[in-house]
Amino acid sequence: MARDRCGVLLVGLTLVSMIASLYMTFLWAPTERTMGDVQRIFYFHVPSAWVAFFAFLLVFVFSLAYLVRRNKRWDNISAASAEIGVLFCTLVLITGPIWAKPAWGVWWTWDARLTLTLVLWLIYVAYLMLRHYMPDPERRATFSAVLGVVGFIDVPLVYFSIRWWRTQHPQPVMSGGESSGLEPPMLATLLVCLGTFTLLFFALLRIRLRLQRLREEADEIQDRLEQTA
Amino acid sequence: MWRAITTILWKDLKIELQTKEAFSASFVFSLMVLVIFNFTLDLTTEEAMKMGAGFLWIAFAFGGVLALNRSFALERDENCVQGLQLIPVDRGGIYLGKCIANTISMLITEIILLPLFAVFFNIDITERLPYLLAVLVLGTVGFSSVGTLISAMAVHTRMREVILPILLLPITVPVLIAAVEATAYALGADTDPSFWMRLLVIYDVIFVTVSFLTFGHILQE
Repeated sequence: MARDRCGVLLVGLTLVSMIASLYMTFLWAPTERTMGDVQRIFYFHVPSAWVAFFAFLLVFVFSLAYLVRRNKRWDNISAASAEIGVLFCTLVLITGPIWAKPAWGVWWTWDARLTLTLVLWLIYVAYLMLRHYMPDPERRATFSAVLGVVGFIDVPLVYFSIRWWRTQHPQPVMSGGESSGLEPPMLATLLVCLGTFTLLFFALLRIRLRLQRLREEADEIQDRLEQTA
Repeated sequence: MWRAITTILWKDLKIELQTKEAFSASFVFSLMVLVIFNFTLDLTTEEAMKMGAGFLWIAFAFGGVLALNRSFALERDENCVQGLQLIPVDRGGIYLGKCIANTISMLITEIILLPLFAVFFNIDITERLPYLLAVLVLGTVGFSSVGTLISAMAVHTRMREVILPILLLPITVPVLIAAVEATAYALGADTDPSFWMRLLVIYDVIFVTVSFLTFGHILQE
């Protein structure tokens, strides 16, 4: 297989952008007045959430595409995207409580966004498990595509049901939501981090797809070897 | 189409009437869940009033999972899935027949469980009974709509019985929340259930449609 120039470029760009993001997050962005340094986790938390949602959207789009066109490539993209999505969703669920403890005083609260993220995590972990337990590749592709569609259609319903459920069960009031007016340097840092995480997503996706291709090639070679033997 | 639906439905109901396998498994299991709740939480009547709706739906959901697992395990034995694949009718018809059969068998379990629940937890279920039954039907349809689809997938996996609840429960989170809230009202809570009833209807319509459309992919080889 030829050297993947485009992939190397993408990874290089991601690395440069990562250094810039780290600099901006830890040195350049001003310290938040009430929450202090811990607020800096925000620059990783929010982009992780963005990447996770974006990845799940891609799973949906490519699952639909697979069901219509039956192109194996679309299935590979869905699978890779779901894996990366679960990875970043896990990061959201880890960075969230680390931030929540000092900011709100609790590790976890059943607020709409948190609960939605947790349910999403469960849905897509289940998606990966389905793939894992499905021995037949053709069936695996079809079934997981159906689940990719069903799971994503479920997202708005989960969101609305949790939001309404929350409004009916009183909760301790939380101060300092992240949308309460960002300073321009903070906003700039956030935007750069969003860009970096998006680049990282595409870099990982590319590597994952390449790995998949190599694996398929290796399988093919092995099949041929067995046939000649 | 109609004939396909009714034929599949009758076939499943007839098998169920003869063996009573799905019913007995899910009924005994749901009952066990209720009894275990009673032991582990030791509630007063007032507390039970508040949480009863939740218990009821946990029992229904867990029992439902057993019944749904049964639904396609039945077709796997003796290779009946292949038979289903070969029938020259619309796949959607097979789905609807299966889904209705599952809904009916789950509903029967639930309706028999209901008076026992009322007795165990000392809760008056007659006050808004028609409402309660409506919630039961809507919630069960939501549960079995996705459940039937996933049950058809789960039979082909390696961890058959385990994979169904793992896939189904997170996707039915909206049904569970809405059904519990609406049931709380039906059991006498002082809340407004109209939003939840609408959510249940929307969920049912969306997922019956989506499953109806995608079922062909599942059944195809």
